[in-house]
Amino acid sequence: MDFKRIKEKLNILADAAKYDVSCSSSGSNRKNKNNGLGDTGTGICHTYTEDGRCVSLLKILLTNHCIFDCAYCVTRKSNDIKRAAFKIQEVVDLTINFYRRNYIEGLFLSSGIFKSADYTMERLIAVAKKLRLEENFNGYIHLKSIPGASDELMYEAGLYADRLSVNIEIPTISGLKLLAPDKKHEDFIKPMLKVKNEIIRYKEERKIIKSTAKYAPAGQSTQMIIGATGESDKDIMYSATHFYKNYKMKRVYYSGYVPISTDNRLPSLGSEVPMLRENRLYQTDWLLRFYGFNVTEILDANNPNLDMDIDPKLMWALRNLNYFPVDINKVDAHMLARIPGIGMDSVRKIISGRKYRNLNWSHLKKMGIALNRAKYFIICNSNDWERRDLDAPKIRSMILQSQNGKFKNQYNNQLSLFV
Amino acid sequence: MNSTKTLIYDGSFNGFLTAVFIGFEQKLTNADIQKQGNLQSGLFAETETIFTNVTKAQRVWNGIRNKSNTAIKNIYFSFLSEQKNIEALLYYYIQKLMGSKHLGATDFSDDAVLKINNVAHKVSREKHRMEAFVRFQLTKDDIYFANIEPDFDVLPLISKHFRNRYADQQWIIYDLKRKYGLFYNLHTVEIISLDLTDIPQNSLQKNSAFTNEEYEYQELWNNYFKSTTIKSRINTKLHVQHVPKRYWKYLSEKKVAV
Repeated sequence: MDFKRIKEKLNILADAAKYDVSCSSSGSNRKNKNNGLGDTGTGICHTYTEDGRCVSLLKILLTNHCIFDCAYCVTRKSNDIKRAAFKIQEVVDLTINFYRRNYIEGLFLSSGIFKSADYTMERLIAVAKKLRLEENFNGYIHLKSIPGASDELMYEAGLYADRLSVNIEIPTISGLKLLAPDKKHEDFIKPMLKVKNEIIRYKEERKIIKSTAKYAPAGQSTQMIIGATGESDKDIMYSATHFYKNYKMKRVYYSGYVPISTDNRLPSLGSEVPMLRENRLYQTDWLLRFYGFNVTEILDANNPNLDMDIDPKLMWALRNLNYFPVDINKVDAHMLARIPGIGMDSVRKIISGRKYRNLNWSHLKKMGIALNRAKYFIICNSNDWERRDLDAPKIRSMILQSQNGKFKNQYNNQLSLFV
Repeated sequence: MNSTKTLIYDGSFNGFLTAVFIGFEQKLTNADIQKQGNLQSGLFAETETIFTNVTKAQRVWNGIRNKSNTAIKNIYFSFLSEQKNIEALLYYYIQKLMGSKHLGATDFSDDAVLKINNVAHKVSREKHRMEAFVRFQLTKDDIYFANIEPDFDVLPLISKHFRNRYADQQWIIYDLKRKYGLFYNLHTVEIISLDLTDIPQNSLQKNSAFTNEEYEYQELWNNYFKSTTIKSRINTKLHVQHVPKRYWKYLSEKKVAV
């Protein structure tokens, strides 16, 4: 192996792949077979980059040569950058050697599109196939579906990969037209639909024949770039909901646009990455997937954007004060999960704890509940509770004063007199 | 009824469970269970040395497990925390668990339950971190070798994970703090102790025990780590929170260039 050349390629092709935010390596159930190498399970973050993102997979492009010219992409053909391409065997060797040293959970392989969608997809599949069949590798493999790849190839990809994903990139069709004139919306949708249908078909077959091979056991995911076009949070979350519902996505990722291009259709270089907005979108996504919220409860025509100062659950609660206060010792799990400051872990602890005795403030505090937010919305086994008839703006400002979150300096609008 | 006594055991988990058995047999309300060697008995406390008895330990284990699977896991994990006086707290916890119909391992309104739960959680977090932060280096003898220095004694907890994952390579994970390690010889995992004069870290100096290729891969990984950072999003506080500095010396990606 020519390590010097590999190092060069790895620098270029890892650098270009870093804007893909999916880092998941969980959700699959591939076990180590015949004393081979690797398994999958809960997924482990083996390290974190200096920007704080998890590294669990070797995330690289097969090549950054690309025939497309999407404005938001570093790899676009009009961008004057160094180009490189890995050989199939080189990716296999890197994956295996990194895996053996416990650096990674597996491989995340994407690619610029060279020659054609099918030609590119075939080579991605070749890597996965070699890892599975020649190296007896049972670690995680995430393959990027190339927009426009044929159904036959999508079928084959699912036989070797744990997860497949195709990035929808821009949450609205009009935005996509503007920034990626070479790509068609249908090109993203078609491979998603094929994979979804195959997953369903394989699941059905497994019910009858247990030995049926696995097909993309960790499902599909997709990603949207946030803040590159003028879409609202409602546009984004409604679009995400559409993908969760109609394409059975395991995850939708939101990626704050990092300015990488001087194209005048895009925010200029040096404009700030919308990290806080990204964070609020993930919080909303969580509410939809784990907390039993419907997207229409949080965002609608009257409220098209999330509140940047407070988390979306608190935002919802302040708009629906008529549901509160609720009694911690009586309400069901569904309602417990809707109380600001109470996460799913706390819901479980409250439900177990209250079987033994009625819970009071000190119990709740010890369980780790954020009482600074929760106290306005609950009563418990204590006479001492928030009896004042506070309105939403008042509660909001009292909570804001009491919290000290990581974005505090970003949402503190008040001018500081003595800086 | 004798209510307080110091029971001295050999430091093993089975030894501890035997001590619990003896404590119950003698109907002790408070058993101050302490490791041999670092004894801190009260001036007038009565002491008894316990000899580890696997049958008795097994009975205690089964008794707890029949009550609650969560409890047995919490007890084993907390025990491995090696925290001061954890044995006494565990004794109290087991007593409550066995003595009452109502108090379960999930009664988070009980202080002892919450405390044991929290300690077990800390140990579990470090177990997970060790599964993440072990960095194998390939020796010239074709063994993948890793050093660790965890805060808690988590080797027994991570053995199965590495056995399942790396079934086709020989590996050693060595705990420098507790001076013992695990060696997987392609068939079974053995407990070993080594006489390490030259402790291999992911350091600037190359160590002759490892292959040349090993250093090439470390450099590739180190480079990869740098290339994946998005400069405009750097957040050092978050980074250090996720990758605590005390682990850095064993992480090839945190090494300053070779």
